[in-house]
Amino acid sequence: MHVFRSIVFAASLAGLIVGALISVVQFFGTVPLIQKSEIYEKAAADAQQKAAHSSGGEADHHHDAEWEPEEGLQRNALTVAANILTAIGFGLMLTSIYALRQRPVHWREGLFWGLGGFVVFVAAPGLGLPPELPGLPVADLTARQIWWVATAALTASALYLLILRSEPWAAVLGLILIIIPHLVGAPVAPESHVEVPASLSHQFVVTVVLTGLLFWSLLGIATSLAFEKVSRQRS
Amino acid sequence: MQQTQSADFTAVATGTNVIVQAVLAMALGLFVVGMVGFSHISAVHNAAHDVRHANAFPCH
Repeated sequence: MHVFRSIVFAASLAGLIVGALISVVQFFGTVPLIQKSEIYEKAAADAQQKAAHSSGGEADHHHDAEWEPEEGLQRNALTVAANILTAIGFGLMLTSIYALRQRPVHWREGLFWGLGGFVVFVAAPGLGLPPELPGLPVADLTARQIWWVATAALTASALYLLILRSEPWAAVLGLILIIIPHLVGAPVAPESHVEVPASLSHQFVVTVVLTGLLFWSLLGIATSLAFEKVSRQRS
Repeated sequence: MQQTQSADFTAVATGTNVIVQAVLAMALGLFVVGMVGFSHISAVHNAAHDVRHANAFPCH
């Protein structure tokens, strides 16, 4: 099982570094935007509760009973931990691909695999389900998750066909696979009045996509460097 | 020359063995991302809330 161990070790090392770095970027980028949006979310929830209360109805406030991290250190520490775990998880996928190549993968090739990850996990699902701030109307969670995972899987297969296969039919099939989930269409959110300004939402989309680009570039480079080093030491 | 070099690199473990181990590691990666980004357990969801939004994982 030494290949498995090498993959896990390289992915953990790369994930630890990239997860920590991307957390710093998020604390200056996405986190302040999420906090701004939560002010609107909270105001809307309060207004709803007040309205429900005055009309004698029961307020739908099931969130009160659920555990939430405390603001400040606890919430930020959990963000760092979740980022590191996410980076290790995606890093395991990238490093497994390097192992399957059965030849050294240099950092530049790793960067391209990382950019492939950006297309599969950020660009393609984001086209149908753009990054959203808290407090916006959304479709059913499970339906969106199914569409997200299916889109990522189809796009990954498409990239394999387009880049690693040389036959013309593979290129045609690859393009078709990329388009299919968008023809089917992502689950649509119900129409409703939104308090969150459109400019804030737009800024969030740009920030998330750019952070994602940085995350995947760094992860591709870090995993390839780490795996090359680990493999060389073991052989 | 290059052939011997790449042969050295792959000589340690070849063929199906490497494929099985790589697929196992990939499954582990999918599991970790699934737990952090897609779990319906409320506490897990709230703990990783900001990261879900920042990664554009579906969130409420």
